Amino acid sequence: MTDQQLSATFAALADPTRRAILARLAQGEASVNELAEPFHISQPAISRHLKVLERAGLIARGRDAQKRPRTIVPQPLADASAWLERYREIWEPGFQRLDNLLKDLQSQEQPDAPRRADS
Amino acid sequence: MTVSETFKLSLPDDTHIVVSREFDAPRDLVWQAMTSSDLIRRWVAGPPGWEMTICEDDRRVGGEFHWAWTGPDGMQLAMRGVNREIVPPQRGSRTERFEMVGGPPMGEQLATLVLVEQGGRTHMTITLEYDSKAARDGAAASGMEHGMSANYARLDELLAQAGSGSK
Repeated sequence: MTDQQLSATFAALADPTRRAILARLAQGEASVNELAEPFHISQPAISRHLKVLERAGLIARGRDAQKRPRTIVPQPLADASAWLERYREIWEPGFQRLDNLLKDLQSQEQPDAPRRADS
Repeated sequence: MTVSETFKLSLPDDTHIVVSREFDAPRDLVWQAMTSSDLIRRWVAGPPGWEMTICEDDRRVGGEFHWAWTGPDGMQLAMRGVNREIVPPQRGSRTERFEMVGGPPMGEQLATLVLVEQGGRTHMTITLEYDSKAARDGAAASGMEHGMSANYARLDELLAQAGSGSK
């Protein structure tokens, strides 16, 4: 996976309408009209979003030449997800160390009652 | 839900990275652990073979901070910047720039820490802001992998050691 592909993926995902389009396509292919239906925006606007998604390689055109349905291309999304997971792996161990430190500090703040009081 | 499952990362737009996490401790304590040099040394350690050699922070607006690590064969990694905002125990922001001897120059990011307490737990958000999308993606791809991973990678090994050492 190239940085360029990753950038294109994240740029395409930065827009809520495009995310909604991808969510719809994740359920199965759909024509441009079907994709435009739930949104209160013009068809040219939808077409522009589709062009961005297509250029980023996140969607492709299905076989039916008449309906020209769009389909989702899962690989770049899987790559982006793997990238985010790596980010988590980098940060999370430090945070877990911080968890432990916070636990230590809290147990120091509430020390056991002095043993002498028992006797 | 374990605390670590609360880790979230998002890219809300082209120039930001947002990391959030919850901690099972009151906000005052989390603030202390994230801002006092003595405590920072205890969790922002380096990977095995690396040692945090400098942990200085002039805790004033306009004051500079300087963290550095020394690795195998004398490799050096540092992070420097300037404190922009300090509002204990809830908000801090500072500029950050990684420096690696022999490494590519890395851009500057603006890091903003926000802590919110809820029912004895603390919700942390770190927002990293970059000058451009290219800078963000570059930092994410290179600076993060080399810089951040040198900082955090394989810390679970250290954690395990610390865990067994305390028994």
